[in-house]
Amino acid sequence: MNKIYKFFSSTVEQIGFSLINGLSGLGRIINFIFRFFYWLPKNPFRLKELVSQLYDIGNKSLFIIALSGAFTGMVMAYQTYFGFRLISVDSLVGPVVALSLAKELAPVLSGLIVAGRSGSAMAAHIGSMKVTEQLDALEVMGISSFQYLAVPRIIAASLCLPMLSSIFLFVGNVGSYFVGTKALMIDGTIYFSKLGKWMFVEDIGQGLIKSFFFGFIISVIGTYFGFKVEKGAAGVGKATNQAVVWGMISVLILDYILTSFLVQFMGG
Amino acid sequence: MDYFEEEKAVDIKGLTTILGGQTILNNLSFGIPKNKITTILGFSGAGKSTLLKHILGLLKPTYGSVFVLGKNLNDLSEFELKKFRRHFGMLFQYAALFDSLSAYENVAFPLNEFTDLSEDEVEEKVYGLLESVGIKVDSFFKLPSELSGGMRKRVGLARALALGPDIMLYDEPTTGLDPITTKMVNDLILNTYRKNVDRGMTSIIISHDVKVTLEISDFVAFLDHGKIVEFLPVKDFVNSQNKLVQEFLAL
Ligand SMILES: Nc1ncnc2c1ncn2[C@@H]1O[C@H](COP(=O)(O)OP(=O)(O)OP(=O)(O)O)[C@@H](O)[C@H]1O
Ligand SMILES: [Mg+2]
Repeated sequence: MNKIYKFFSSTVEQIGFSLINGLSGLGRIINFIFRFFYWLPKNPFRLKELVSQLYDIGNKSLFIIALSGAFTGMVMAYQTYFGFRLISVDSLVGPVVALSLAKELAPVLSGLIVAGRSGSAMAAHIGSMKVTEQLDALEVMGISSFQYLAVPRIIAASLCLPMLSSIFLFVGNVGSYFVGTKALMIDGTIYFSKLGKWMFVEDIGQGLIKSFFFGFIISVIGTYFGFKVEKGAAGVGKATNQAVVWGMISVLILDYILTSFLVQFMGG
Repeated sequence: MDYFEEEKAVDIKGLTTILGGQTILNNLSFGIPKNKITTILGFSGAGKSTLLKHILGLLKPTYGSVFVLGKNLNDLSEFELKKFRRHFGMLFQYAALFDSLSAYENVAFPLNEFTDLSEDEVEEKVYGLLESVGIKVDSFFKLPSELSGGMRKRVGLARALALGPDIMLYDEPTTGLDPITTKMVNDLILNTYRKNVDRGMTSIIISHDVKVTLEISDFVAFLDHGKIVEFLPVKDFVNSQNKLVQEFLAL
């Protein structure tokens, strides 16, 4: 009896702790976001840093995004074709794949990839700068390390992700078209015949809006964990890890929240 | 401890710092003479780094005030403080060079940030600074990771001197260095001091390396448990009657 009681009370305690930790963590992230908007309009605007971040984030993930997009589109063509095999699907493969890519797969998978590549890199870079007192060096010179490092990264990621997601979308459709016409023997003109009837600009717009927010949250989390690194060595690896895990989870949670909004305002 | 006649670069009055419920600096008062080398000694955890942060205005006093070059830091806004920090140069323990920038770019960084010098003028200045700390031209465009620890310190010093600081701060400049590099850093500090003595530059060293301190300092302050327990010209410091100081000197 006593054991059972202990087990439950310690479990409840654990849950309570995690909940409090989670909530205070959320509070700190929100505070971090406020700091971003505080520093955003402040001079000097770090254009050079922004450009180098745009290049870094865009370039780093370009190849892997294209590759993932191609294979996702190819797999989707198969799944759609054989999933709907009971009805005549030749004309449906194109639109179904295009819609799934545009609204969910391109933004979400691009988000997960960028969280893994760039979110982690941000945490690692800023974290190691903190450990080696480079952040202090900036502050001693009278430069805000937040403005210098976080602001350009957050802007760059928010701008890059819609672009990367668009590339994912495009390459995915090309991949699907090739599998559809070459492996599944769908006629090329039939593949495209229903696209205009099923797919609208709004659908692509929904995906772009989502990916903008994904880029924002991934970079907020990446830079947040970088600044949070404690002096001492082991912290950087942990921060990098946390940036990936929480970056990915935030993309999925935010996807649900954004979808439920967008479906209401822009239609399903 | 106000018996020095010297003009003060930094004047600390009744400084108390409470962080996380812990009193770290305790009603601390002392003045650091201008145009001299003053070392602040103390055991680990005595509050040296905290004191340094106050001098830089990176921390706000819980009570008391810090005057730097006659200005009460409490009276400055966040923005004014940022600007005011250009009076300082700081050499960090591990140099804290920006690791994505070359030696040259590290030294050029403050010049590009805070002056309107043309590219040519910046180049001339950076070359002069790097040469004056003993870096050879073939190392100018190396990244910090390609430089030895001693060279990194030289570059860090050149960067700190770029804007002609009025107060030069050294954080544990010789801690963890081999004897030869220690000697080199020592000479570097002395040379820097001599070259800038006409400008009236003040040097402040934070250290727990007694031997080095005695070799180059004009004044020594001993910090313990958030208080300055001894503050003397270096020649009197070795004869201090304070128990802790004697203990420290015997190490
Ligand atoms: N932000 C903080 N919150 C709470 N306590 C702190 C904080 N910063 C420092 N301390 C405490 O203040 C005391 C003095 O710290 P400080 O870093 O100033 O010592 P130090 O003399 O520089 O030591 P060391 O030689 O090890 O660098 C330590 O006990 C430290 O734990
Ligand atoms: Mg310290």
